[in-house]
Amino acid sequence: MSRKNTAAAALAALADPTRRQLIERLKAGPKAVGDLARGVPVSRPAVSQHLAVLKAAGLVRDVAAGTRRVYEIDPKGLGAIRAWLDDMWGDALGRFGAELDKEKDDTV
Amino acid sequence: MNSPTISPAPIRKTLLVKADVQRSFTAFTNRMGSWWPRSHSIAASPTVDVIIEPRAGGRWYERGEDGSESEWGKVLHWDPPARVILAWQLDGGWKYNPACVTEVEINFTAVDAMQTRVEFEHRHLERLGENAAAVRELLNSGWGGILELYGKLVAGAEDAAK
Repeated sequence: MSRKNTAAAALAALADPTRRQLIERLKAGPKAVGDLARGVPVSRPAVSQHLAVLKAAGLVRDVAAGTRRVYEIDPKGLGAIRAWLDDMWGDALGRFGAELDKEKDDTV
Repeated sequence: MNSPTISPAPIRKTLLVKADVQRSFTAFTNRMGSWWPRSHSIAASPTVDVIIEPRAGGRWYERGEDGSESEWGKVLHWDPPARVILAWQLDGGWKYNPACVTEVEINFTAVDAMQTRVEFEHRHLERLGENAAAVRELLNSGWGGILELYGKLVAGAEDAAK
C-alpha cells in the first residue's frame, strides 16, 4: 500500500466512534479482545471486526500472549495520517527556500 | 458527550531564507506557483499556477493547464509581511471539502536585513478524520472488505462532525 493509501485507511478507520474508543482503551496498554469488548456498547464479534479494520489501517497490531492474542497500538500507525502531509510540506518549503536563493543569485 | 479523539501532532517546520521579510512574504504568498512541487496537485490537468488572493477571505486555489481552477482553501488571516493563516480544505483523500478545515500558519521574522526566519505550522490534523471522503477513496480504490463497513463509517463520520 502506498503511504497516501495508508493514511487514507487510517483516517477512515478513525472516523468510527467505537474504533476511536478502542484506540483510547489501548492507549493504557495491550488488551485481549474479551477485555476490550467489556465497556463498549457492541458485541464481541463486532469488536473483533473493528480491530481487524484498525489492524488493516496500521493503527493496531496483535501479538501472541501465551495462548491468546492481545491487541496494542502500533506505534508506526498513527503517524501515517500526517506522514505524507509532512513530506509534502518539507518538499514545498525546500523549494520555496531554493526559489529565494535563486532570486538572490539573479539579482547579484 | 466528551468523545475520545486522536490528535496527531501539528506539522512544524522552520527554515531560514536568504531574503528580507517583505520579499519572503511576497514569494510565499504571491508566487506560490513558481515553487510549489508539481507532484502535489488535486487537478486532472497539470498545474500551471497556485494562487493565494491577498486578503482575508481570499481564495487559495490551483490553476490547471486547461484553465480549470481547483479550490484548496481560503485566507483566514492576512497580515503582511509578518503572518498569513490559510484554511487547508483538502481532506484526507485529497478532495476539496469546505467542511474540512485544517489550518496552515506561516510567520515571517527578520533575522537581519538579508535573512528571514520562516516558521510553518499545519495544525488541527485530527479534523482530517472527521469526514467520509477518505472512505470514498477507499471504496474507489477497492480496498478489501470496506463495502460492508461503509454505512457504519459514514454514520460514524456524521456523528463525529456534529
